[in-house]
Amino acid sequence: MTGASEATSRRADHAGLRQLLAPLVALLALAIVGTLTSPGFLSIGWRDGHLSGQLIDVLNRAAPLMLVSLGMMMVIAVRGIDISVGAVVAIAAAVAASIIGAAGKDAGAGALFAAIAGALGVAALCGAWNGLLVVGAGMQPIVATLILMIAGRGVAQLITGGQIITVYHAPYSYLGNGHLFGIPFALVLALLVTVALVLALARTALGLFVRAIGMNPLAAHVAGVRARPIAFGLYVFCGLTAGVAGLITSSNVMSADGNNAGQLLELDAILAVALGGTPLNGGRYSVAGTLLGALVIQLLTTVIYSSGLPPQANLAFKALLVFAAMLLQSAAFRDLLRRAGGTRRA
Amino acid sequence: MNLRRHLDARLLPLAITIALFIALVAAGAIRYEHFLAPQVFLNLLVDNAFLCIVAVGMTFVILTGGIDLSVGAVMALTTMLSASLVERHGVSPLVAIPLVLAVGALFGLLHGVLIQRFGLQPFIVTLAGMFLARGLAFLISTESISVTHAVYQQLAAARLPLGIGSISVGAAVACMVVAAGIWLAHATSFGRTVYAVGGDEAAARLMGLRVDRTLVGVYVLSGFCAALGGVVMTLYMLSGYSLHGSGLELDAIAAVVIGGTLLRGGIGYVAGTFVGVLILGVIQTLIVFDGTLSSWWTRIVAGALLLAFCLLQRFLEARGPGGARH
Repeated sequence: MTGASEATSRRADHAGLRQLLAPLVALLALAIVGTLTSPGFLSIGWRDGHLSGQLIDVLNRAAPLMLVSLGMMMVIAVRGIDISVGAVVAIAAAVAASIIGAAGKDAGAGALFAAIAGALGVAALCGAWNGLLVVGAGMQPIVATLILMIAGRGVAQLITGGQIITVYHAPYSYLGNGHLFGIPFALVLALLVTVALVLALARTALGLFVRAIGMNPLAAHVAGVRARPIAFGLYVFCGLTAGVAGLITSSNVMSADGNNAGQLLELDAILAVALGGTPLNGGRYSVAGTLLGALVIQLLTTVIYSSGLPPQANLAFKALLVFAAMLLQSAAFRDLLRRAGGTRRA
Repeated sequence: MNLRRHLDARLLPLAITIALFIALVAAGAIRYEHFLAPQVFLNLLVDNAFLCIVAVGMTFVILTGGIDLSVGAVMALTTMLSASLVERHGVSPLVAIPLVLAVGALFGLLHGVLIQRFGLQPFIVTLAGMFLARGLAFLISTESISVTHAVYQQLAAARLPLGIGSISVGAAVACMVVAAGIWLAHATSFGRTVYAVGGDEAAARLMGLRVDRTLVGVYVLSGFCAALGGVVMTLYMLSGYSLHGSGLELDAIAAVVIGGTLLRGGIGYVAGTFVGVLILGVIQTLIVFDGTLSSWWTRIVAGALLLAFCLLQRFLEARGPGGARH
């Protein structure tokens, strides 16, 4: 144990890799279970001009969760949380569907862009609202975003008029069902956002600032980091990722359901971030870890679906995963393990 | 001066809440003819009995500065477990009810230990608990199970006459829970420790109070209240269903905050929570009386109220002795 910790202090890279170990092992274990339950699980084929196979399907379905988890990760990195993402997904989906629904099914590309711009604009506004309450009014993040979580579903219902809006506009389905160079477009979107985020974090000082704010907001402020605008911006970013996820989900099923779109997504996103090794009290983040965490959750869902257990049972499995991930992060638990290990050796 | 400010922070939100309640009732009375009928008010209790019970448990958790997001799910698990035990396994309600209450308390114990012993954040632990409880409920059955056992039917139909109207067994239980909550908060060492921990955990420790035990205790209490709420809901709905009580945790938190309990802990009253529950009930009643407003307005209004009271809390904190130091 001491040897390992010395090694990590010598090479910071090791810490990052070790963090990824847990989600990677989980991913591998789930893939094995998946192969056992359905033999062709890992095979990737080429059909109708695009990649196909169960694994590609998992990646495609994980795209909205990946996006939202990235936004959640950035907010958590500065000691925040955003539990309104599910509601924002529903609002964005409702806005997009009602704009495109009003334009009619033969509308051109203009209506599509209006719908995308409208959905993203409203999602960014939702993020700004959260940012305003947390950064501006100084409310606890869990409570500030709880407000939008409660009221947001009502707002989404109000936009859709309490109905499930069905979209008949064919180009709209490209967002959630289309392929670019054979790769699902939703996945391309998730990758684009990931690349942009990684560049912003690694090529500018943003990453450093975010870690500084998360470790000690006061010290960061004293050191001249403009903590408040940055934190505000991260809430807007989180809202935007939820907006993109909302577009993908509603396009995927060609409808917007104010009640059920993005239901429990906030929990999945927090779980993905925690599984990926980002501590929930901020100060560190791992983009790769979060993406892996999102994949683990989607794979778990798929494996449970194909195993014949009731689909809703994966809630219980996810809960056990959270408990395990949280305990492994807890210093008190690691101490307990170390002491238990020590007595056994003695 | 400081003392007066402190009193403000303690009582001002509660005073505003009570004024708001009166204003809402007055508005209802002016607009709708039969709004002031006594049974309308008794129905506030009848229809919100489970929320009231859950919110009392939540008050203690929030007083320590924690939060319990699992209450709605634990409630659903309770309804499911009761219905399945009684209907499908022929267990007597006399055995089933204590058993489900114990399961709720056990859930709370799990949360409390994870939060207190391992220093995990309350919201994430109870969020996972919410997953677990709903998942377990779904594992019992994904379909709703209706309860036809004679004891449940009789308890559900029973009405206690009060002269001006009548209330259900659930509402009576809710009143007893509120009374017990007030007693627990103000007349026991557990209650005093809860307030002390919420005010300043380190100071409470230095005073030699049993902080650890109390921190676990509030979650056990909340789990127990959620299960009791679940038993009352089983009577109210006469069914067990894994989707019962979805979003209830939010209503309970809203009721507690509207009732004047500070989210950072240390200040608040169980009686305030009771008024908070009544306000949420009145809003719902107003929306029902109106008839043209859709039910999702309830959620928007609840969200707006929560926002208003949170901002009020921030304002009071900034003005109070705690904020003056910054």
